[in-house]
Amino acid sequence: MDLIADLLISFSLIVAGVFGLVGSFGLIKLRDPMSRLHGPTKATTLGVGGALVASVLYFLLVMKDFSFHELLITLFLFMTAPITAHFIAKMHIHRNERRDTLPATGTDRPWATFESDTERARAEARRQG
Amino acid sequence: MIRRLLPHPYLTLLLVIVWQMLVNDVSPGSLTLGLILGLIIPIITAPYWPNRPALRNLPMLASYCLIVLWDIVVANVTVARIILFKRNEDMHPNWVAIPLDLRTPEAITMLAGTITMTPGTVSADLSADGRSLLVHCLDAPDPDAVRAEIKHRYERRLKEIFE
Repeated sequence: MDLIADLLISFSLIVAGVFGLVGSFGLIKLRDPMSRLHGPTKATTLGVGGALVASVLYFLLVMKDFSFHELLITLFLFMTAPITAHFIAKMHIHRNERRDTLPATGTDRPWATFESDTERARAEARRQG
Repeated sequence: MIRRLLPHPYLTLLLVIVWQMLVNDVSPGSLTLGLILGLIIPIITAPYWPNRPALRNLPMLASYCLIVLWDIVVANVTVARIILFKRNEDMHPNWVAIPLDLRTPEAITMLAGTITMTPGTVSADLSADGRSLLVHCLDAPDPDAVRAEIKHRYERRLKEIFE
């Protein structure tokens, strides 16, 4: 029984380590900033996730105790990680992209990053008639 | 009366549960404190969500979470394979514009968060009128397939949950 517990915990730790490593390797290997952004999203999901599963298993199987904190870490991570990624992407758009390098929105207004205040005021006025 | 005391019953429930998880123990003391927080915080934050949508379909929300967790695992492996074995020259990073059927801001936020958390796609911007979402894909030779998958797999479910 102890052996199985050890194996399960080690397995989750290795999964966490491998995905953390691949995510970081992606930062070096990929070329443009937007592609690099994909590396950390992997590290925060399966990388941290594996470590948290290992922690839950350790407390459950070895210490005979259940800890909720890992679930909370997952919850908070899933709420905050997209926001950081979104900010980095937004900064990239501000600095390196122009209207004509991005695909069309398919609506009559541009991407929010590119809409100037005057354009916005005009669009709002048009909507209110 | 009940509506004024509990403007947001699910938030109250969530806060009580999260408080027990933070304390890592269920005792009368922590339940009381959790209940106090669960009553006060929704009342104080009520002005922040004026037109919040009702959750129409709770079982659907649970199955949505499970689907997203599973997709995260699958997509992690896919992206790991792309990073490790695909040469940079063969890669097709691509912007994809996704026209949205969702209208509630909460649902769109959840869709954008889901897209970012599943590796391989990052949501980057929203059109000024909130009707189109800009997504960056790490490797998408076929943008239409990505668009169709996101619309079918996530947006359709979120629409059932929120709208």
